[in-house]
Amino acid sequence: MSHRHFQDDLDKLNGSLIRMAGLAETAVKTAVTALTTRSKDIAYEVIDQDGSIDAAEMEIDDLAVNLLALQQPMARDLRLITIAMKIANDLERVGDHAVNIAETVIYMVQGAHFPVLPEIEEMARISTNMLSVALDSFIRGDAAMARSVIKRDDRVDELHANNFRILLTHMMEDPRRIGAGMDLLLVSGNLERIADLATNVSEDVVYLVEGRSIKHRASDNRKAEGAEQSENGTVSGSGLVS
Amino acid sequence: MSEAIRNPAGPVELEARELSVLYGETRALKYVSLKIPDRQVVSFIGPSGCGKSTLLRCFNRMNDLIPGVKIEGEALFQGRNLYGTGVDAVDVRRRIGMVFQKPNPFPKSIYDNVVFGPKINGYKGDFSELVERSLRQAALWEEVKDRLEANALSLSGGQQQRLCIARALAVEPEVLLMDEPASALDPIATQKIEDLIYDLKQDYTVVIVTHSMQQAARVSDHTAFLYMGEVVEYGPTNELFTNPREERTEAYITGRFG
Repeated sequence: MSHRHFQDDLDKLNGSLIRMAGLAETAVKTAVTALTTRSKDIAYEVIDQDGSIDAAEMEIDDLAVNLLALQQPMARDLRLITIAMKIANDLERVGDHAVNIAETVIYMVQGAHFPVLPEIEEMARISTNMLSVALDSFIRGDAAMARSVIKRDDRVDELHANNFRILLTHMMEDPRRIGAGMDLLLVSGNLERIADLATNVSEDVVYLVEGRSIKHRASDNRKAEGAEQSENGTVSGSGLVS
Repeated sequence: MSEAIRNPAGPVELEARELSVLYGETRALKYVSLKIPDRQVVSFIGPSGCGKSTLLRCFNRMNDLIPGVKIEGEALFQGRNLYGTGVDAVDVRRRIGMVFQKPNPFPKSIYDNVVFGPKINGYKGDFSELVERSLRQAALWEEVKDRLEANALSLSGGQQQRLCIARALAVEPEVLLMDEPASALDPIATQKIEDLIYDLKQDYTVVIVTHSMQQAARVSDHTAFLYMGEVVEYGPTNELFTNPREERTEAYITGRFG
């Protein structure tokens, strides 16, 4: 029951966001391909495409500000517009991380060959998949799907910590590997951030669908789970969990 | 000051040039100059008594009907001064239609309301075709097609207002002036009128006076903010509401005065 005019603009905003999501997802996937195939050409593709992601962010911000100023959106419409701005911001960062990975690849292929750790490949697989599922959950308005993304962030953090340890060991063993080791560590860090941003997008999708924020509740959630598990009468009883 | 008046590009349908309206000694409108583009929606906003309705009424010579009114400057329609010699006020009002704040259908059937103007003008075409077209344009046809002989006063307020719009459109005007067309209506009827305004600009130039800033923001392409008889700022609606150039506009649209 909203204005057709308004509805047209909302559809346009939604469409721009979906297009931007596609660009960001492609950037990450291409950057990972560049990494695993050690291809400079593919890495340059990622760098060349980044301008269109930046332009999409500006277009979405513009649309969103105009909708807020001119249409007095309410309820779900209001949530869609506010999260559109946040998701656009997150996707722009995702694009930047893809560029960082691509730049590292260009630098790496000039140096001595150092195999990409299987842990980094696994991280790349999980992070790109988290991003795809997060964006899918936005397109479908599916909060359960979004929640499934959030749960997987811990695994990526764990892999990043492992990479740090593994690469540090390699570098201590053979100082000639410090350059390549640092490069891979940077890639690992970028992938970890991409997973974080996918998590942000997912949290925003839950807010869009359910109207309540689930951000910064990790410890609450763990406490609540603990309380559920411990039956009758331990200290962490449900009465103490706010 | 010229920075605050940003006339749109493209063909001009209506224009005010140094236009003033005096009620006796009081200058209600002070040397207003602005251009209204063809087939777009322009709204006039501002606090009560700012001159927005006075400016609107200049464009179809409605102020002529008020005793003691004096008009200075020019109001042009397609480049021709509406107040020039040899201009027929009745012809002006046929080509520049008007819809008022309160729906004012004639106490006749729906059908008779629509054909009233065309009959007076000696319309030679098919009346039932004209009635259907006008009611469709006013987004009322589906609701009344089975009871065209019913009395117009039996319609709801929102339907009556759309009937008045159909009646104004039936004489095939080029411009539609609307003076607070939705202020007497509930939100749903208001929304229908706003959707209708959006559709009408395909074929007509629409100028709307509204004391609802939100309405101006929603429906218009360009907005003029008037204060104490002057146009303080005029420009694209999205600019005026997101980044006004004048402090007084900013203060008004953010609710700090007026």
